[in-house]
Amino acid sequence: MENSVAYEKATELRLGLPGIDEPAVLSSVKNNKRPLHDEKSGENGKSAQNETAPPSKAQIVGWPPVQSYRKNNFQQAKKSESECGGIYVKVSMDGAPYLRKIDLKVYKGYPELLQVLENMFKFTIGDYSEREGYKGSDYEPTYEDKDGDWMLVGDVPWEMFIRSCKRLRIMKGSEARGLSCSGV
Amino acid sequence: MQKKMAYSFPDEVLEQVFSFIQSDKDRNAVSLVCKSWDEIERWCRRKVFIGNCYAVSPRMVIRRFPEVRSIKLKGKPHFADFNLVPDGWGGYVLPWIAEMAGAYPWLEEIRLKRMVVTDESLELIAKSFKNFKVLVLFSCEGFSTDGLAAIAASCKNLRELDLRESEVDDLSGHWLAHFPETCTSLVSLNISCLRSDEVSFSALERLVGRCPNLRSLRLNRAVTLDKIANILRRAPQLVDFGTGYYAAELQPDVFSNLAGAFSSCKELKSLSGFWDVVPAYLPALYSICPRLTSLNLSYATIQSPDLIKLVSHCPRLQRLLVLDYVEDSGLEELASSCKDLQELRVFPSDPFGAEPNVSLTEQGLVAVSLGCPKLRSVLYFCRRMSNAALVTIAQNRPNLTRFRLCIIEPKTPDYLTLEPLDVGFGAIVEHCKDLRRLSLSGLLTDHVFEYIGTYGKKLEMLSVAFAGDSDLGLHHVLSGCESLRKLEIRDCPFGDKALLANAAKLETMRSLWMSSCAVSFGACKLLGQKMPKLNVEVIDETEPPDSRPESCPVDKLYIYRSVAGPRFDMPPFVWTMGEAVRILH
Repeated sequence: MENSVAYEKATELRLGLPGIDEPAVLSSVKNNKRPLHDEKSGENGKSAQNETAPPSKAQIVGWPPVQSYRKNNFQQAKKSESECGGIYVKVSMDGAPYLRKIDLKVYKGYPELLQVLENMFKFTIGDYSEREGYKGSDYEPTYEDKDGDWMLVGDVPWEMFIRSCKRLRIMKGSEARGLSCSGV
Repeated sequence: MQKKMAYSFPDEVLEQVFSFIQSDKDRNAVSLVCKSWDEIERWCRRKVFIGNCYAVSPRMVIRRFPEVRSIKLKGKPHFADFNLVPDGWGGYVLPWIAEMAGAYPWLEEIRLKRMVVTDESLELIAKSFKNFKVLVLFSCEGFSTDGLAAIAASCKNLRELDLRESEVDDLSGHWLAHFPETCTSLVSLNISCLRSDEVSFSALERLVGRCPNLRSLRLNRAVTLDKIANILRRAPQLVDFGTGYYAAELQPDVFSNLAGAFSSCKELKSLSGFWDVVPAYLPALYSICPRLTSLNLSYATIQSPDLIKLVSHCPRLQRLLVLDYVEDSGLEELASSCKDLQELRVFPSDPFGAEPNVSLTEQGLVAVSLGCPKLRSVLYFCRRMSNAALVTIAQNRPNLTRFRLCIIEPKTPDYLTLEPLDVGFGAIVEHCKDLRRLSLSGLLTDHVFEYIGTYGKKLEMLSVAFAGDSDLGLHHVLSGCESLRKLEIRDCPFGDKALLANAAKLETMRSLWMSSCAVSFGACKLLGQKMPKLNVEVIDETEPPDSRPESCPVDKLYIYRSVAGPRFDMPPFVWTMGEAVRILH
């Protein structure tokens, strides 16, 4: 057919613009097609007569073309809370050289949490009262909530606390006392 | 004696005239008229768009346009979105910022897409540009909230901070608090990409409250539903709003508070966000639905009945992004309710599942093409298609300008006839004479490319995957598509012949991407040798291309025109093909 002849002429292996007659730059290069890894088109479109037949639903890189941003965000959305595992928060203590991390979901309430903190950092926390905070110790357990504010541990119900606590900090000394008095 | 044309205008007058010409294309045309127009124009060009950051060097841009106030740069190739471009490939903005810091002290706007932006770059921006107003980081990466803090703290007149779809290292939510109390200039703030739960909400509320010109606000997931009402009440002038987490236990007072807050936003036209939606809260939007022109529910895992209810309240909708949970039935409702629809994007909820999980087929798209006379732009993921449906869509909607169809399983034929989808896509390019962007999928032979080369005269961007039989396919496209600027191909049997025969064409395009095709290393070298105005880059993460015979195909190939010559910031797995068989690395 005319078309294929024209095509043949046009795609003779050379670098000039089609139409300009130049000696071929290279003698015909054998097109050594590496077998494409997942599928194959023979001339007749029949699939895989390849040595390595692809596994039936092998995931191809970058296909379907869903943006990685979208994939990451969507996956996060699909995860339900129960699949997420624990609520891990960092715990720092004033003066300690490094931080620790604990899983708030593991504890049933404030007493257990405070006990764990005492053991972890080897100190004692005083007695909690709504009016005066923690009395009888230089240390006060505090936490940063979702709004970025620093709160005294123990003021809100436990369930609400573990949902809103972002990190814990055991404050020491005068700074700590400032928090426990009403009117900082 | 130098003859001065009697009727030539003084420079100042020309400058004034040129100031009304905003489009890049027109500005470029102006500069080609004559030397003096070129000279005048370049001194008064204020906005520059560089579609490929490696096509030109910062110094060249600065030399030609000394008084730029606004720059837009794009970095990585589009296929980077799908993880086909390895990390470390390039697209660094720092060299640009470093040069512009000295040359453009009055720079006001920086817009970047798919570039690597470091905290150092952000800090340099904050330090260098005293009148900085607009920072848009679209699909960028490499920076943290520390860099954002620098921007927030230093940019006294910041109007826009838009981080859409960027990957940010979320070190701390406190960066928002770095906006000084005196900052009241914000018009647009998009932090939807911030993933951690650490956004300082009180700082955000205060910021929103003191920016009376805030028109666009897109929150991130951390902002819970109960907080939305507070924000909206401080910014009832919003035109565009992105919610955070739109889920909570249904509580009547929270609901009515939310509904009230939405209804007080009389200008609100565009909504997005909607991660984790509880359908019971959707009716809180009903008061603003009649005004909505744009709705992005593409992260909302809500089912068709809820979607239908919502959409039927939005007769003015022009743009809808949604998951395939919408199903054919939802799209049929859309077609009957939303006659102003111009753009539709339907994303897959389960792209890697072997079996369809929803009842979304070609029927939905056909219905929308029939019912929405203004439809111009389509992105559609589905699992089956037919030539008949495509022909119908093409005949219904010859005004389509963007048509991107992704049939999830590669090489899927027409499900009715089991034939290739050549005729269907052929109809699209034939009828839609203004088609500028096309993405193909399904079983396709060289014939579809013949149609595209014949009819796709306005086509600027073409995406091809798992298609074609031979070089003839590629040849049709390169020789026929006169307006082609960007061509991206993966897993197609296209090789040396078509590429080399159409080498000159590549200089008229922005770029060509070919991965898992059949282009040999020898051909790449030849192309690189003979075409000095092209950068021919071979990407191979497994081994250097010259460790194999020259006839072996390369893994990935990225060719782009450049006046800056080969780049020097390449990682070890990228090779530039250079002069005289010397490979630059």
